Amino acid sequence: MYFLGKLGWCVSLLASHCQWFKRTGAALLFSSARDLGFGCACSSLRLSPVCSSCLQVIVDTPTSPVTSGLPLFFVITVTAIKQGYEDWLRHRADNEVNKSNVFVIENAKQVQKESEKIKVGDIVEVKADETFPCDLIFLASSSTDGTCYVTTASLDGESNFKVMEMDGQHVTKAGACAECVCVMINWRMLLQHPSPRPQLYLTSPPSVCSSSESAAKSLGPENLLLKGATLKNTKKIYGVAVYTGMETKMALNYQGKSQKRSAVEKSINAFLIVYLCILLSKATVCTTLKYVWQSNPFNDEPWYNEKTKKERETFKVLRMFTDFLSFMVLFNFIIPVSMYVTVEMQKFLGSFFISWDKEMYDEEIKEGALVNTSDLNEELGQVEFVFTDKTGTLTENSMEFIECCIDGHKYKDCISEVDGFSQTDGPLKYYGKAEKSREELFLRALCLCHTVRIKQADQVDGLIGHPECKNTYISSSPDEIALVKGAEKYGFTFLGLENDFMKIRNQKNETEMYQLLHTLNFDPVRRRMSVIVRTTTGTLLLFCKGADSSIFPRVQQEEIQQTKVHVDRNAMDGYRTLCVAFKELTQKEYDRIDRQLNEAKMALQDREEKMAKVFEDTEADMHLIGATAVEDRLQEQSAETIEALHAAGMKVWVLTGDKMETAKSTCYACRLFQTSTELLELTARVVGESERKEDRLHELLMDYHKRLIQDVPKPRGSLKRSWTLSQEYGLIIDGSTLSLILNPSQDSSSSHYKSIFLQICLKCTAVLCCRMAPLQKAQVFPLYSPLTEASGPCALTCGLSDHWGMWIEGKQINFSDNAMLQWRPFLYWTFLGAFEGLVFFFGVYFLFHNSSLEDNGKVFGNWTFGTIVFTVLVFTVTLKLALDTRFWTWMNHFVIWGSLAFYVFFSFFWGGVIWPFLKQQRMYFVFAHMLTSVSTWLAIILLIFISLFPEILLIVLKSIKERSHQSSRKAPKSVSSRPSVTPLLLRTFSDESNVL
Amino acid sequence: MAVNYSAKEEADGHPAGGGPGGGAAAGGGGAVKTRKPDNTAFKQQRLPAWQPILTAGTVLPAFFIIGLIFIPIGIGIFVTSNNIREYEIDYTGIEPSSPCNKCLNVSWDSTPPCTCTINFTLEHSFESNVFMYYGLSNFYQNHRRYVKSRDDSQLNGDNSSLLNPSKECEPYRTNEDKPIAPCGAIANSMFNDTLELYHVENDTRTAIPLIKKGIAWWTDKNVKFRNPTGDGNNLTALFQGTTKPVNWPKPVYMLDSEPDNNGFINEDFIVWMRTAALPTFRKLYRLIERKSNLQPTLQAGKYSLDITYNYPVHSFDGRKRMILSTISWMGGKNPFLGIAYITVGSICFFLGVVLLIIHHKYGNRNTSADIPN
Repeated sequence: MYFLGKLGWCVSLLASHCQWFKRTGAALLFSSARDLGFGCACSSLRLSPVCSSCLQVIVDTPTSPVTSGLPLFFVITVTAIKQGYEDWLRHRADNEVNKSNVFVIENAKQVQKESEKIKVGDIVEVKADETFPCDLIFLASSSTDGTCYVTTASLDGESNFKVMEMDGQHVTKAGACAECVCVMINWRMLLQHPSPRPQLYLTSPPSVCSSSESAAKSLGPENLLLKGATLKNTKKIYGVAVYTGMETKMALNYQGKSQKRSAVEKSINAFLIVYLCILLSKATVCTTLKYVWQSNPFNDEPWYNEKTKKERETFKVLRMFTDFLSFMVLFNFIIPVSMYVTVEMQKFLGSFFISWDKEMYDEEIKEGALVNTSDLNEELGQVEFVFTDKTGTLTENSMEFIECCIDGHKYKDCISEVDGFSQTDGPLKYYGKAEKSREELFLRALCLCHTVRIKQADQVDGLIGHPECKNTYISSSPDEIALVKGAEKYGFTFLGLENDFMKIRNQKNETEMYQLLHTLNFDPVRRRMSVIVRTTTGTLLLFCKGADSSIFPRVQQEEIQQTKVHVDRNAMDGYRTLCVAFKELTQKEYDRIDRQLNEAKMALQDREEKMAKVFEDTEADMHLIGATAVEDRLQEQSAETIEALHAAGMKVWVLTGDKMETAKSTCYACRLFQTSTELLELTARVVGESERKEDRLHELLMDYHKRLIQDVPKPRGSLKRSWTLSQEYGLIIDGSTLSLILNPSQDSSSSHYKSIFLQICLKCTAVLCCRMAPLQKAQVFPLYSPLTEASGPCALTCGLSDHWGMWIEGKQINFSDNAMLQWRPFLYWTFLGAFEGLVFFFGVYFLFHNSSLEDNGKVFGNWTFGTIVFTVLVFTVTLKLALDTRFWTWMNHFVIWGSLAFYVFFSFFWGGVIWPFLKQQRMYFVFAHMLTSVSTWLAIILLIFISLFPEILLIVLKSIKERSHQSSRKAPKSVSSRPSVTPLLLRTFSDESNVL
Repeated sequence: MAVNYSAKEEADGHPAGGGPGGGAAAGGGGAVKTRKPDNTAFKQQRLPAWQPILTAGTVLPAFFIIGLIFIPIGIGIFVTSNNIREYEIDYTGIEPSSPCNKCLNVSWDSTPPCTCTINFTLEHSFESNVFMYYGLSNFYQNHRRYVKSRDDSQLNGDNSSLLNPSKECEPYRTNEDKPIAPCGAIANSMFNDTLELYHVENDTRTAIPLIKKGIAWWTDKNVKFRNPTGDGNNLTALFQGTTKPVNWPKPVYMLDSEPDNNGFINEDFIVWMRTAALPTFRKLYRLIERKSNLQPTLQAGKYSLDITYNYPVHSFDGRKRMILSTISWMGGKNPFLGIAYITVGSICFFLGVVLLIIHHKYGNRNTSADIPN
């Protein structure tokens, strides 16, 4: 329990901008491994170079601290700068939000505050087109009906306007003025609210009770304005802050995603462990060998190389330990510190290329791709599963009324306005008619049963006087707008809601008034909504519209048949169908319903269940009037996109709440399914409704499993993508079957359904999940986590625009061989490295058996030995890089040849001067002298060639192997047989929908 | 090598006309900053690229060519190396029969110095200039502690370092509170045997003139190593305040009678200071120049080597050698490089043949399969 106005929780401040100081500071202090910018479970690995540079101060080391400290310093600096830059960008973005000014009512005065200083309990004023600075409870609105419109596009990508209602009991209808709000402050309101939860909508918002009325009032999601949402079409509103800062729904949702680690980083970490083991064993072996060698006193301390007093007096154990550490320092370069920087910088620069990509630029909204974090760039190329919503993603979410059917008679377009409903123009449009009264009832139902509001373009007098005035409809669902517009076409125009009265202009241009008594809002579980209205004559009517599956069981069974035919046909054509039903209520019935509804609304516990129960009871025994068909057009180029995704070997999952037929035809239209795709169905239709459905499901699963997995010969190459298979499979599953699979009944034998199902899914190029409840959509996603163990689930939300919002799940290519796939190149490179190291050393070693390599008999020393090895190393590595370079742009030429030239130049330069700041002039003229020897040249060339030889050989073998594969694989053409996409907006769906 | 020059521009299907349009948009948007990405080849990743494709067809000829180049080079080096005359005497004196056996346990300060003479016979004459090396075995001049133990600024004539040598020189930094010049383990253990070569003809010994200059790197002698500077050229005065290395019989300014080969710029000293890479090494000791075109530098016959045996190696199981060698363009005798070249060239050639056969087998099948297409 908190008192409003009390300095409750923390001052809202998104803390992320502190991160840089934390990170960088710590990184520079070498105090925390996480802060080198890579943080992970085995982050202590990163400490080893740090440790070694520290050790060098303590231990007598073979390399100077500068030698290993300088690269480390460079690495840390670069990482810190990169992290700092990214954090600075984030910080700037935070600041934009945190420092933006908002108006807060304090002590009856309007005060301007930075939004980060909002405290819980502050009353905040938000103007049109502003975003809410924190989670607010809606208190007052400038609009007369106490509502406001909100778009949550930046939260969930849905651009619809949502209608928010204020708690009518507390706010006078006089509209919101600052004074009124101030009055409210003096109310002693108690706010009882649950602790913050991340779910955006599954929320039980706080309940408010005002002590003056001593009646508890509970609030629903329609009273809660979420941070990040934008106020639309309402001049201003007032709200009281309930969650601020890190406790807002948005921040809670954001937190979960902050730890993103890409597969590359994970595998690097795994490899690093191997290298660490190698390093440790190397150091151990070398220490042991050192003491074995030193056990001979001639070797330990010959007369020419005596130890200092200090060295002699040190404890043997301590000496062994410091020797071990010295070897660690000496070999610490096996841990590729620079690789981190390279990887980080690659990602960082790669993110620039993403944002520079012209193809990603949207002319309409004038924005290109935005990269929020560069952590997961490379993962984008490894995405294998794309989960997409249908409505609003594949389709435009702009609905158009197509046709309707009343009592089984079809009505389509072009009914002349003048002569009313009864006439249609042209014989083609004539499908038979229903009774006039039924038609009118149907249209009235369309006009009344919705939550559409009207926004007046001009407030002057455009209410009834000008029927042509461009009133725009606003609703949370575009379907409703389409239906209201559809009704308008047939002569019934909805004129708006005024003081609980809905006004309708009928075909005869008369205005009818209906008192809106109750709205039983739409929810995805019920899949229907109802209104209860009172006509001017006092008749009480309940209109209900909803999905056929939820309407048909609630109406007289004999009415269904004719309408069902239409509904099914429309669904096959890819239209969204809704059924409309009505019921007359007696006053007595209404009183009961009214009472129950109010009780349920006031309930503090189990409110949802109680409401659901009342709705269930109310919406029963109705009469079916008709059905509507609304078209949701496909997005431009969605077919091309799906095609491209398929071609890239990705598997697309479409999750939709639509009925199967609708979804299926949409999927055909957007090329998710091809005519050649063999469809596997796991829907209520095939499984059946009987109690035997579990057995049937079992049968089906086994059958599909057999067809897809056991019978298909395993492809030889592990890297083969699914599209090379001759037959493509698509899977259709509906919500009820999915829940049967995911939540099997007590029967333990069915618990492995899940894994079988997943295996089937992996083989399918496309999966359509229809009739999904929103909760189920969320369930599908973690389904894949067991498969993604190796790489871990990582969800990206690319809200590039309203056009494509997607979750992208990164996964390794094939879960059975991914271990091999990762380790093979690693082992290859490691062994290659070992081989090259042996070649470098022993090549020069044998060469130095006679160290007089110049033509004047003078001899070379140990520094020349090292210089030759290092020169060979530099050239080999650079040339190997050149061998692996596929595209040689001028930059590649510049960098590769440039680094070789720079190496030579620098070696001359470094050796050409007696450096006053160096204690020892070891390299003086060593490089130049080395180059005067012909033998050295020959040896260097030979050793480089030997080192590169395995790589070249491998290329040749690969190319030979490929050719042999090609020749044996010529006959079945491996190119995908998908036809290219034709423009799809005009395509009819019906010719493709009869495959099964 | 088959190469593909592809301007990726065309491959990606970007209309070439897009460039000016994008430029105009960016240029026109001076007032209103457009967020439209620039249509530059770099930003759109359309830089013209060269795509070398390494295939069997292109690499296999390279194998042959490399094989054909490497084998002759290898043979050339091998022959050259074999033509080098080299004669080596181990004068450590391990074997009791050896004349130097008496000196085996010599110590640094034994006076008078132990001397011994070894007679040997050259079977073949040495035609060109002969280089005389001394060789040491099991001597770890590459030991980390040893390599560090020097002060290069002292050796470069820096006066402050002369009197205050670097700590790296420990435990050969000071002796009796006087700084050691030159300090450090390397200098301290300088090789100090004297080798003299005589040609023995009818029991008369003719000394063969050994040139002691020109054995060190020019840059070392002239730049890296310098005597301390000061008033006058008297080295004794310049080295005032320092002491000789512990194991040396005489101070550094008495290494040689000639002033340009004395002190730090003594070439024997410089050669010793260039530490060897491996525990078995040789260092240039003296040059024997060919006097006339008619006579070989060392004709076949009997020779005797007089050794002033000062340098103890027995304590660490070491060996001492004297090596006489001629030099070719590739340096001293070393069969490794020639053999390596021949081996690599042969492998290359052999693999080229094998792979060509395999390649042809598949290639033929491939072309036959191509025909019906």
